[in-house]
Amino acid sequence: MDTTPQTAEIILKASNIKKSFSGVVALDGVDLEIKKGEIHCLAGENGCGKSTLIKIISGVYGMDSGKIELNGHTYHKISPIDSIRNGVQVIYQDFSLFPNLSVMENLAYNTELAQKRTFVNWKRLRKIAEEAIRMIDFNIDLDQKVELLSIANRQQIAICRALINDAKLIIMDEPTTALTKKEVQNLFRIIKLLQVKGISILFVSHKIEEVFEISERLTILRNGKNVLACSTSEIDNQDFSYYMTGKKFEMSCYDPTIDYSATPILKVNNLSLKNGFNDISFSLYRGEILGITGLLGSGRTELALSLFGICPADSGSIELNGIDVKITSVFDAIQNGIGYVPDDRLTEGLFLDQAISDNIIVSNLENLSNKIGILDNKKRIAAIKEWLEKLSIKTSDPRDNVQTLSGGNQQRVVLSKWMSRNTAILILNGPTIGVDIGSKNEIHTILRSLAEKGMGILIISDDLPEVLTTCNRILIMKHGNLMGRLKSSDISELELARECISN
Amino acid sequence: MGKKRLGHEFYVFLAIVSLSLIIQARSGQFFTLNNIVDLMVSFIVPAIFAMCELIVIISGGMDVSFPAVASLSMFATTKILLSMNYTGNVFFAFLLSGSFGLIMGAINGALISIFNLPALIVTLGTQSIFMGILQGALNAQEIAEIPKVMFDFGNAKLFVATNPLNGLKSNMSSSILILFAVVIITYVFLHFTMWGRGVYAIGGDSNSAIRAGFKVKQIKFSIYCFVGIVAGIAGMTRVCMMQNCQPNNLIGMEMTVIAAVVLGGTSVKGGSGTIIGALLGTFLLTIISNSLLLLSIPTYWQSFFTGLIIIIGTGVTSFQLILSSHRLPSMRKSKNEA
Repeated sequence: MDTTPQTAEIILKASNIKKSFSGVVALDGVDLEIKKGEIHCLAGENGCGKSTLIKIISGVYGMDSGKIELNGHTYHKISPIDSIRNGVQVIYQDFSLFPNLSVMENLAYNTELAQKRTFVNWKRLRKIAEEAIRMIDFNIDLDQKVELLSIANRQQIAICRALINDAKLIIMDEPTTALTKKEVQNLFRIIKLLQVKGISILFVSHKIEEVFEISERLTILRNGKNVLACSTSEIDNQDFSYYMTGKKFEMSCYDPTIDYSATPILKVNNLSLKNGFNDISFSLYRGEILGITGLLGSGRTELALSLFGICPADSGSIELNGIDVKITSVFDAIQNGIGYVPDDRLTEGLFLDQAISDNIIVSNLENLSNKIGILDNKKRIAAIKEWLEKLSIKTSDPRDNVQTLSGGNQQRVVLSKWMSRNTAILILNGPTIGVDIGSKNEIHTILRSLAEKGMGILIISDDLPEVLTTCNRILIMKHGNLMGRLKSSDISELELARECISN
Repeated sequence: MGKKRLGHEFYVFLAIVSLSLIIQARSGQFFTLNNIVDLMVSFIVPAIFAMCELIVIISGGMDVSFPAVASLSMFATTKILLSMNYTGNVFFAFLLSGSFGLIMGAINGALISIFNLPALIVTLGTQSIFMGILQGALNAQEIAEIPKVMFDFGNAKLFVATNPLNGLKSNMSSSILILFAVVIITYVFLHFTMWGRGVYAIGGDSNSAIRAGFKVKQIKFSIYCFVGIVAGIAGMTRVCMMQNCQPNNLIGMEMTVIAAVVLGGTSVKGGSGTIIGALLGTFLLTIISNSLLLLSIPTYWQSFFTGLIIIIGTGVTSFQLILSSHRLPSMRKSKNEA
């Protein structure tokens, strides 16, 4: 890494940071350099050491070796107080707010505590709070309780609180996770406002689009090591994915040889649902991955829900392997070998606080139990082991809760749930939302191998690159109607995007 | 501070008013000076305990050991004063009892803060130990004759209220000044010190409290020390007022006090609660246990009504919680659109 001549400009310089936890190396000689007034992105997949690095900079963890320079002071050991005194403020994902207290108290207490106050002066609290919200032109009732506010508002409170504590560097840990697109744009506006004030931002994220939109420079970590530090303008999406994962993703299309003369495993005839979709007909053949795309509100999700029996269609028919079937409930769908992976896997697809192992077998209990309905433990353990291996779910202990897994691994658990019951048709709604690039690619590989083994797969997604590379055929929906069918090898991303929005 | 909480205290106040009116209508005895004074007198000790429990519950804990702490402190103090034929100032009796309480509170606090154990479990354990010491090691029996200084303090009265109809007299005990002092101290602590705001902060989110710079372990430890001291003082107050020392007679009071505090709008999950609410809740339960007699309702019905009020009262709190959580999404929406 080249050192800039104006060292005064550098607000934070971490060099050769090493840290292990009971023998497991988390950081292996990491460097990070942030200039004054810079928006810097720290990227990397889950478990690459991002969080550990933040915690070392903020003094929560001690480092095994290495040094941190903050405002020209060199530290080999840094305490939370040192870090705060040097203007480092971390905004964690949970914002560290007090839901039961007012906005005013949340804003003012850090300052009061830093000044070692013993008594509370409510007028002074209000003054501190008013000053804080003025910094980002944030308009809010100071007497409101924080628990009644939206996530975006809570985040803004956390930002204001950082600012009045003389922040010179604000570290935001995955700040966009729970925000809507509009709220993300507002956050970016605030970040740019802070930059104008000369405050540096360390933006921790693995979302490519956001990294490119907001950051000027970036540092990528992989397995506890630096792999890249450069200006954002010097690299493109593909480089970014490569540096994050260490793998080159061939963007080849899925182009299997399909026997279109055979009976389709799923044939949908003139299916309609009021306020959902009209007169939809298509076929899905053995070994295909069929993508259904379209804008939000195009009826794509409703179609998926109908096929899975959640919102049964009003008219039309569904044939499975040439035989007419009625699907009026989820039970019907499952009995007919249809599986569904919802877009919100966290609330709809998994029992988050239950063990990974139990989540894997939950849809398949009847096959694992004996005649009187008691679970056969040997079969159970064998099944769990099989699926953990088949889908390479990374866990130290399958008895851990599912929520301890990363997004990608969670999604694999959802998949294994369906695969373990010999599902013939799998419908996935937004299969890789919130999943990092590496896992995304692995999930696509798993889907391909499932299709090659003869499963029919339906992917509902508005992630066009995903649809293009994973599916062999694409259906485009608009206002509830099927407006186009094409082979994915015949169209580019740009053309597909145009197709989706044109009238 | 939220309007909602004010509302809750208002409901408890309404319940007190309507219950008083019913009792007055049926007996004609409620709004007599001597009955009100009697009520106030029996309110003193539970209300002091309620201040302890309020702080603990706001911090997200639960203390069930304070009656045991109070019993052991008061019994040990009475015994010691008797054995040394103490004739000095009654202040010393309170100091000694408070100090015994402090020691026991510090044990609770150390276990809870240093080892990060759940307060309910720790205090369940220690209350059993304290009672064991009291009944086993000290072989506690009722002490019929207490030191004269304590006896005199218990007899001291601010004024005498006489019922003009039947000539019944009730003394307003000077001990109510102790209650006033405890309430004022608690109020100042909770509202005007960073320590008190820290109690609320820990109850809201203890991780955030650590990150904000509150000394969470110190605060937790000192909460239970405070409870210990105040429990010791409450125990001594009780002995003076009763004019004898009954080691077992406070036992079971923890449940009534917890119920009273929760009834007053304090969230069991921690983080919210007010002194006014806790006092009103305690007063409501005091009325039930004292004044149902005026309606010639047999004593065993008291516990029935106490239970009923607790369930209805806490039910109202969670009902409000459900309402406010339903309100959340719509609020969020309107914020986004704005």
